[in-house]
Amino acid sequence: MTAPIAISLTVNGERVEAHVLPRLNLADFLREQLKLTGTHVGCEHGVCGACTVRVGGDIVRSCLMLAVQVNGASVETIEGLSDSGEIADLQAAFRHRNALQCGFCTPGMLMAAQDLLQHNRTPAREEIREHLSGNYCRCTGYQAIVDAVENTARARTELRA
Amino acid sequence: MSSIRVNPETLTVLDRPNSYIGKTVPRPNLDRLLQGRGTYVSDMELPRMAHVVFLRSPHAHAKIVSIDAAAAKQMPGVLAVVTGKELAAVITPWVGVLSHLKGLKSAPQSAIAIDRVCWQGEAVAAVVATSRAAAEDAAEHVAVEYRELEAVTDVRTALDAATPVIHASLGDNLAFERIHDAGAVDQAFAESDAVVEAEFVFGRHTGVTLEPRAVVADWNAGEARLTIYQGTQAPHMVQNIAALHLGLREAQVRVVCKDVGGSFGIKVHIYADEMATYALSKLLRRPIKFVADRVESFNTDIHARDHRCKGKIGVRRDGTITAFEIDDLTGIGPYSMYPRTSAIEANQVVNLVGGPYTNKNYRARARVVFQNKNVMCQYRAVGHPIACSVTEGLVDLAAMKIGMDPVEIRRRNLIADNAYPCASPSGLRFEQLSHQASLTRIVDMMGYEALRAEQAALRKKGIHRGIGIASFIEVTNPSAAFYGVGGAKISSQDGVAVRLDAQGSVICQTSITEQGQGSESLTAQIVGSVLGVSMDRVRVILGDTDVTPYGGGTWASRGAGIGGEAALQATKILRKNILDVAAVILQSTPAELDIVNNAVVNVSDGAPRIELNELARIVYFRPDTLPPGIQPELMATKHFVPREYPFAFTNGVQAAWVEVDTDTGFVKLLKHWVVEDCGTIINPQLVDEQIRGGVVQGLGAALFERCIYDERGQLTNANMADYLVPMSCEMPDIDVGHNVSPTRETELGAKGAGEAGTAGAAAAVTNAVNDALNPFGTIITEIPLTPQVILTALGRI
Repeated sequence: MTAPIAISLTVNGERVEAHVLPRLNLADFLREQLKLTGTHVGCEHGVCGACTVRVGGDIVRSCLMLAVQVNGASVETIEGLSDSGEIADLQAAFRHRNALQCGFCTPGMLMAAQDLLQHNRTPAREEIREHLSGNYCRCTGYQAIVDAVENTARARTELRA
Repeated sequence: MSSIRVNPETLTVLDRPNSYIGKTVPRPNLDRLLQGRGTYVSDMELPRMAHVVFLRSPHAHAKIVSIDAAAAKQMPGVLAVVTGKELAAVITPWVGVLSHLKGLKSAPQSAIAIDRVCWQGEAVAAVVATSRAAAEDAAEHVAVEYRELEAVTDVRTALDAATPVIHASLGDNLAFERIHDAGAVDQAFAESDAVVEAEFVFGRHTGVTLEPRAVVADWNAGEARLTIYQGTQAPHMVQNIAALHLGLREAQVRVVCKDVGGSFGIKVHIYADEMATYALSKLLRRPIKFVADRVESFNTDIHARDHRCKGKIGVRRDGTITAFEIDDLTGIGPYSMYPRTSAIEANQVVNLVGGPYTNKNYRARARVVFQNKNVMCQYRAVGHPIACSVTEGLVDLAAMKIGMDPVEIRRRNLIADNAYPCASPSGLRFEQLSHQASLTRIVDMMGYEALRAEQAALRKKGIHRGIGIASFIEVTNPSAAFYGVGGAKISSQDGVAVRLDAQGSVICQTSITEQGQGSESLTAQIVGSVLGVSMDRVRVILGDTDVTPYGGGTWASRGAGIGGEAALQATKILRKNILDVAAVILQSTPAELDIVNNAVVNVSDGAPRIELNELARIVYFRPDTLPPGIQPELMATKHFVPREYPFAFTNGVQAAWVEVDTDTGFVKLLKHWVVEDCGTIINPQLVDEQIRGGVVQGLGAALFERCIYDERGQLTNANMADYLVPMSCEMPDIDVGHNVSPTRETELGAKGAGEAGTAGAAAAVTNAVNDALNPFGTIITEIPLTPQVILTALGRI
């Protein structure tokens, strides 16, 4: 085991200085050191998508990234996106459509959905299904999630019009 | 979505002004989960909490020759390394049998293996350290010497004389056998115009809850009390079992269940590693946290299904089904699970086969065998997908044989909607089902004739699409007949306590639990409706054995039907109590008053008389202003358990529209339809989403999910990359319709809806694939329907 390494980054806009073991992954760093437990760990091998966060504006699997790799970076988690209001409409759409049951996949799902809507303002249903395929949900069967994302896209388009 | 009310009801306590019953309202408190601010057990930390990692057997069957933990104990952060023998000082072993499953046998199972391991993944030692990482590091330094034993893996040879017996004390590998014979089966087959047989094969799969199983056990030596934080569906069951095996009184154990990251039956059992975690906390006198990693989940979360079922159907030329016969064989791993046992699924298969149909001739045998694989037990829709796939597969084969349309043969054999009450040939009693109306409705929803035309047109172009239909019945609202009669201390009744607090808000404690189904919502909807208060005034508390009434929890589609009725009855009493006080305060009579929109009003003209918060203020703070002798009681508790019917059966039908690529073997799901009848619908959206989620779990089993073991009992795909679950891009949109036949056993009339989707999805898809492949003259009766299975059937590989 090697010694802890100092890292400096921003998390949800706050500056964070920390010492981390080189083997510590970003998901565990967020959850265990920063107590940001909204980022969930479902598989720890990059398949389920529950740990999806944004690093430098791009969504990543935080279980596949090491904490030392985010040195100097800007990390955003579900707590940050919630508090900034960036995805308030998407969250409301999920609530109204019951697009979550147990809620464990939801933070990662919201991250992935918002990423889609940032890159494609009017995604077709199949495009939504395709984009969210890296995020597993075992409860809903996905249809409600697809509906909620579709409704949000439509509402945002109407807002812009 | 729309509803047809089969039994129009008169006005009830639920048909009140501003009733929430039958309305889609968002679930309360979702924002917590949407903002990542829930509390799952995996999120929890307690002072002095240590982490346990289990060292697990790499062998399916082996003697433990020695365990050397000396090096591991020297590793940084390590607090203890505990073997099965050492842990046995604080926890006793158990045997997963119930007396009503006659002949069921199993062997004593320990929290951590002692002397012998019986499946790959069984724990052989616990490493406790200050962090999970430290514990994992140390686990690598525990040296275990094994002597490998022959593994029993194939259910087909598990009972052969040449096969080793896993537990010598049991005499053989047969855990349970049930034989049923009703009517005159041989005569019926002899008098049939056609008899068709097939063997149906169901892969082992598992639940893959997105949050793995997790426990924090906190033994407080000063209080002599154990608090267990666990994502469980049945807190009181966990309390009872933990106390029993740790030598504690139940009052010394508190079980707290906060947010649960998926359950589906996976989290209704008690696992050896969870028992070990409770015991370690007691042994080490500090909080211990166990969170399974994904590999452990695949190796130790109960597996499901794993059946080989031979089926036979007799039919006359006019389509009349004359008899069903099945011979089911299933493997459950080395132990019957505790405390619900692993014989329930096979028992259900015997109960349910042929259930939707009028036929009375039925013979069945089910055998449950031990094997050196992970334990198998009840998972969502226990037994239903097996029974439904066998029944509906046979019905399609019979239709094919006599050249009859699959819808028509069902129409001619499904129990008529006016034939109730009646019973199945296995003795199940049906109060009121709606098979015929459901079939008519789904044929209409899917545009059956148009789809058939489209199918024929596309077939000419070499595109192979198929339609599959599957009628089903579902067991819901189980009474004590499920577990209690067999000696399990698993409550079949549930309780609700509801009170008006000093600010006029309503607090409701219920013994049912929430894992995302909407237990909290349905309870608040019922309480709000019956009492006459808005839902935002109702706070529902679940999942704490110190706080809620005693009850079963949420499993077997029982939350709404049983817990909901308890909520209704408790709230009726509270309402009466409030109106009694209001009558005193207002110098009126209770009959002249009602509660609407958080206020007591006149029945006559609806005029508001007193707000509930004002009434509460008087009761709690100025009782001196009430007449002498008045003691208001603003809290009421009621419990409910079904007594007339052992189970409230629901029914429904599913249809799948699929396309099979005969070059690649891929199946594309184009559309799926469900019509179901769960009685009174409390929240249409929640019911629909239970159905959809259930369907997709059934589709996973139909197409993707399988735990692949090799002949030595090694699970070869214990990770999410190799074990496939449904992804959003592969799933179809699912249309859901309803019939409404309320149960008359309760005032609420609700039956369960949690498992209907899973019950029939695989059968519908398999029938659709076979329909698509009809021109190729091949029939597939094996799931998952992987490309390999399909290409093999087509003779392409």
